[in-house]
Amino acid sequence: MFNLAKKDRTLLLIVAGMVLLAPFLLQPFAQGSGMAQFNAGYPDLMQRFVIFGILAIGFNILFGLTGYLSFGHAAFLGVGSYSAVWMFKLLSMNVIPAILLAIVVSGLFALLIGYISLRRSGIYFSILTLAFAQMSFNIAYSVLTPLTNGETGLQLALDDVRILDGMNTNGTLPSTNLLPPSLVNGFEMRDTYHLEIGSWLFQFNTGYYLSAIIMLISFYIALRIFRSPFGLMLRAVKTNQTRLNYTGINTRPYTLAAFVISGMYAGLAGGLLASMDPLAGAERMQWTASGEIVLMTILGGAGTLIGPVIGAGFIKYFENIFSKINDTVLHGWFGWLPDGMEDAVVWFVHIFVGKGWHLTLGGLFMLVVIFLPGGLVEGGQRIMNLFKRKKSDGAGTDKQHHPKSTPHVAE
Amino acid sequence: MSIINPTRRGLLKTGAVAGAGMAMPLVFTGSAGAYMNEPSGGSVVLGFNVPQTGPYADEGADELRAYELAVEHLNGGGDGGMMNTFSSDALKGNGILGRKVEFVTGDTQTKSDAARASAKSMIEKDGAVMITGGSSSGVAIAVQGLCQDAGVIFMAGLTHSNDTTGKDKKANGFRHFFNGYMSGAALAPVLEKLYGSDRRAYHLTADYTWGWTQQESIAAATEGKGWETVNNVLTPLATTDFSSYVAPVLNSGADVLVLNHYGGNMVNSLTAAVQFGLRDKQVNGKNFEIVVPLYSRLMARGAGANVKGIFGSTNWHWSLTDEGSKAFVKSFGTKYGFPPSQAAHTVYCQTLLYADACERAGTHNPCGVAEALEGYKFSGLGNGDVEYRAEDHQCFKDVLVVKGKENPTSEFDLLEVVEVTPRSQVEYAVDHPMFAGGALGQCNAG
Repeated sequence: MFNLAKKDRTLLLIVAGMVLLAPFLLQPFAQGSGMAQFNAGYPDLMQRFVIFGILAIGFNILFGLTGYLSFGHAAFLGVGSYSAVWMFKLLSMNVIPAILLAIVVSGLFALLIGYISLRRSGIYFSILTLAFAQMSFNIAYSVLTPLTNGETGLQLALDDVRILDGMNTNGTLPSTNLLPPSLVNGFEMRDTYHLEIGSWLFQFNTGYYLSAIIMLISFYIALRIFRSPFGLMLRAVKTNQTRLNYTGINTRPYTLAAFVISGMYAGLAGGLLASMDPLAGAERMQWTASGEIVLMTILGGAGTLIGPVIGAGFIKYFENIFSKINDTVLHGWFGWLPDGMEDAVVWFVHIFVGKGWHLTLGGLFMLVVIFLPGGLVEGGQRIMNLFKRKKSDGAGTDKQHHPKSTPHVAE
Repeated sequence: MSIINPTRRGLLKTGAVAGAGMAMPLVFTGSAGAYMNEPSGGSVVLGFNVPQTGPYADEGADELRAYELAVEHLNGGGDGGMMNTFSSDALKGNGILGRKVEFVTGDTQTKSDAARASAKSMIEKDGAVMITGGSSSGVAIAVQGLCQDAGVIFMAGLTHSNDTTGKDKKANGFRHFFNGYMSGAALAPVLEKLYGSDRRAYHLTADYTWGWTQQESIAAATEGKGWETVNNVLTPLATTDFSSYVAPVLNSGADVLVLNHYGGNMVNSLTAAVQFGLRDKQVNGKNFEIVVPLYSRLMARGAGANVKGIFGSTNWHWSLTDEGSKAFVKSFGTKYGFPPSQAAHTVYCQTLLYADACERAGTHNPCGVAEALEGYKFSGLGNGDVEYRAEDHQCFKDVLVVKGKENPTSEFDLLEVVEVTPRSQVEYAVDHPMFAGGALGQCNAG
């Protein structure tokens, strides 16, 4: 099925299952319980998980396969968002044309930047992409303000044209949809079905499922690229580009193709972000945003298929959940301690939550890089191997016929 | 038998679940309540969305203190603060509509994206029925738009851009704070009296909605008094070193520098301007002057001695002696040990006003609350007689013109009130060109 090897098929199905069941999996704690703070199963965060997952998958096609570290990927995300919001303002609130335009525009933009930046490799390539991204950010921030609305961000307005939808007359802003609400109800991105089981509340959001399905398609495409002769060529570029050049192969078309594909993934993510919430701000293109993409990929495991998705989820979880723990919540948790102790513990924990979430994330990132260079995926594999070894210890003792497998990096 | 079977079963399972998952949102849509996040049970959740990091972090921290104080007072704790001096007596100190007030907080990072993500999680995850905060007009406008879409009330905090209640106004959004136009209208006569009517002004402006509209307002108001605007340079919000922006001022022939900056930006740009010796210069035979149209005590503290003798405007100052201000300063001081800033004051008022509107409307329904707030006249909250104008959801009240104190007696006593500009002088028509181009639309209850 899907023209995939058994192992990949299993991986794809596991990912599909987890993504589609996310509203349940991410909502393990009952509403109102002390742990409800850690629930992540609400539409906005779930959408972010899969959308940034797409972004990281795309980034990994470039970085994981060719080893080219782009430090400007946020520019494509931003360009995608702006294109999508303009589509909402001018054409229609339907998300499909917006997402398509986002992919096309960011692809063209990537072609331009890639064509110039890929003349160099290594650190020079990184610096070039960083420079382009900062340039795009500054242009969006203060030069092209009629097109981007500067710092305020591009937003929908009541007097937008929207050729296909017609002028808006009822005084409320329309919302993004997959099928117009005049035809079918329930296809607006913000439509959410609430399912209450006991004191558990599960939210099923149309926007999330659209993003999730697009993410699964993107994942499948990435899987095929990883396994294709093209992917093999990209990996050859990573291993030894000079040798490839000496054998007479021109590597630039390959790296450029990887760069454009990866830019289109970022544009798709940007378009989806704008579809879920029709606003595009310049800060989406800032270098910190580009850095975040690199962090996601390295944290999860560069070069692995599932790693970047895990990394993206990890970072977004910290940003949205840990940053919302405030002193009142902490006092609630540690209320059972004696007074002086309680204050001391709250004071100490306070450093790592709320606005200190960066600190916690930074610490974890260091730990991962030092002890698990292959990212969280390597951690998972080590645990798996631990169990496997225990099982196999009884049966096969012939060490020579069970050579140690190489770490699962680019496989 | 071994490997294929589980996969097939897994496939069937996921297929079935996927089908079910896809089908459900199509069949049932919307939430169960009569309006978005209708409170059930004994508590109601408010969302406090303020910058805890970034250039406006100081203001955000002070806002958060005021929110906590307001919640304490609403729930009947503390000394009641301004609830005792407020002209409405709908608030009883038993929460809102008998429900205990709880709150969640978030970090806007002074970025529209992060602010919207944080507000969304408050609405979707924590069930907040009202969002308030924002220490940047860009953020406030972005979150106001989100609240309009989501169907909850947005009580704007520190946002001074004309656009918040101008071209970006929304039916679900309300602003207590004053705006750029009011600053201009209050400041221009004072500046004319002080510095004369043939001045040449150079503007440094924070490059976003607030900076643009304030610059436009100040330039228009001072040009009305005979001043000339030499140049307007836009500076990115994230700038921390302003020396490259200040240096060209010296050679521009201008004799007044207007800093349309706020928070950390203003502290840095003013410090740079003073370090360049601008205040000791003589240009066109006149003393060089610096004006900071929007002032706050937190900024004055950050800029230290540099603010001495510099004029600006403010929404409120803790040294005011009316009953409301005194009560607020007393309860804030008792709890935190220092006087509140104007940011703290405006968000405290907004929380009380929201609670009061709910009581009077008898519901948390955004449409009912909005109706109760529209055209509402009140007093006793530190600004004299105030009105929430129904047409644009902007509060109209007196504006303070302040000056950096020459001889401060403490680290909090940094500003002195020069003039209380009466409300009539800062009022404008709803269709004033600086505010035109938007529409409230209709209230949205989700």
